[in-house]
Amino acid sequence: MNTGDELPPLEIPITRTLIVAGAIASRDYQDVHHDPELARQKGSPDIFMNILTTNGLVGRYITDHFGPTAELRKVAIRLGAPNYPGDTMVLTGRVEAVDGDTATVRVVGANGIGKHVTGTVTVTLPPSEGLT
Amino acid sequence: MGTGSAFAVYQKCQCEAPWGDEGEGATVSYEPVVSHEAKAEAAAEPGDVFETRLKVYEGQRAAVSRVGKDPVNAPMIRHWCEAMGDTNPAYSGPDAIAPPTMLQAWTMSGLSGHTRGTHAYDELLGLLDDAGYTSVVATDCEQEYLRPLRPGDEITYDSVIESVSAKKTTKLGTGYFVTTRMDIRVGPDLAGTHRFRILKYAPLRRADRPAAGPARRDQSQKPSRPRPVINRDNAEFWEGVQRHRLLIQRCTGCGTLRHPWLPGCNACGGLDWDTVEASGEGTVYSYVVMHHPPFPAFDPPYAVGLIELAEGVRMIGNVLGVPYDKVRIGLPVRLEFREYDEELVLPIWCAQEGAAQEGAAQEGLYEHR
Repeated sequence: MNTGDELPPLEIPITRTLIVAGAIASRDYQDVHHDPELARQKGSPDIFMNILTTNGLVGRYITDHFGPTAELRKVAIRLGAPNYPGDTMVLTGRVEAVDGDTATVRVVGANGIGKHVTGTVTVTLPPSEGLT
Repeated sequence: MGTGSAFAVYQKCQCEAPWGDEGEGATVSYEPVVSHEAKAEAAAEPGDVFETRLKVYEGQRAAVSRVGKDPVNAPMIRHWCEAMGDTNPAYSGPDAIAPPTMLQAWTMSGLSGHTRGTHAYDELLGLLDDAGYTSVVATDCEQEYLRPLRPGDEITYDSVIESVSAKKTTKLGTGYFVTTRMDIRVGPDLAGTHRFRILKYAPLRRADRPAAGPARRDQSQKPSRPRPVINRDNAEFWEGVQRHRLLIQRCTGCGTLRHPWLPGCNACGGLDWDTVEASGEGTVYSYVVMHHPPFPAFDPPYAVGLIELAEGVRMIGNVLGVPYDKVRIGLPVRLEFREYDEELVLPIWCAQEGAAQEGAAQEGLYEHR
């Protein structure tokens, strides 16, 4: 693996089930993540994904690619366009730096209305994983 | 950009456009969208005084020695992995670790009610609530994982208010970013750190927001465009625009034309000037297409051109009369004036070919979500 390597993209269909399951699994019971009517009353067109689920998906994207021996060290994300039901988010990543056994990956998750998430993940791989 | 167009000024306000999740777990709830904006504006306190009051909270504790509601446990890990579609074998079996990105989940209070933050944190949020900044979205999450969490680990956490921003204008409304930093421990060991940023904001009135669904907004409900900033140096320019005349400043010393309007001549330093009326002919010198984020008074995508007038000066304006994606450098355009509402007239630039398509370019194919 080298600086500049691109990770294969991961498409995540944004279903109501994913939004609700992610919210509940992260113990986030804010109604804007499960109740469309209350979400509308608060000015949102529909329910939308919570930040903890986005964080989890970004982590999964990295470990799916680098494998179970990869260890996440840092995940830093910023949210932009919300993930609403019916949309699709495509995660892409690019290795920005490699230092010994540690790589820094720039991640972008784009949906139909813009960039849902941009962020940086620092991940450590055991030496056998072929970091150069 | 003294005489620059209002929309360019408006776009500058969009540097921060959070539009996502709400804040720290269940500690703050959404409020119905009503006219908090007006309330915020009505808080007659000067902005800098209010900001000083907010700044006092920087460095104060937001949570002290709280205990996670549940120890780290396999069922919650499995539910998380099912939701995320995460099949990483490191998260199951006898040597399982918790997904590191679950860090915040172990600190969440869930449905069973929650312990409020510290006095300082409650006070800060209360101050913002009282000033009309009643809504909250999460914008940033930065986590560092120092040791894995495993089933059976009991976590404790402390949190400090790291910073409170100056007042910011965002797509959601105006407000303040509040950043907290949390340390999560198992026993004496630091397991991870969690920096979290929320925007406490005064939501725009419902009528000011893009409509839900594919239907385009009723134009009559559309919020008005921002006003140009008019001062003594450019007042005559805007008076001209009101009368549908585009005036270019001319130095009476050396005859050099200039735009935007300035008190003096950049060529000779002369302070005396008169005006010449633009012929209205121009070409696109450069342009951008605005897609995202959408802003209530505008219908993206739309093209903003830097127009080179036949007289030689350049100015910024919307390029209409041609689909936004057909605007090109060198495109010939002609000046028109558009009355956006009872007070606001702006010069716009219409492509000289395909003028029948006007409107398509302005309204675009993009529908607000």
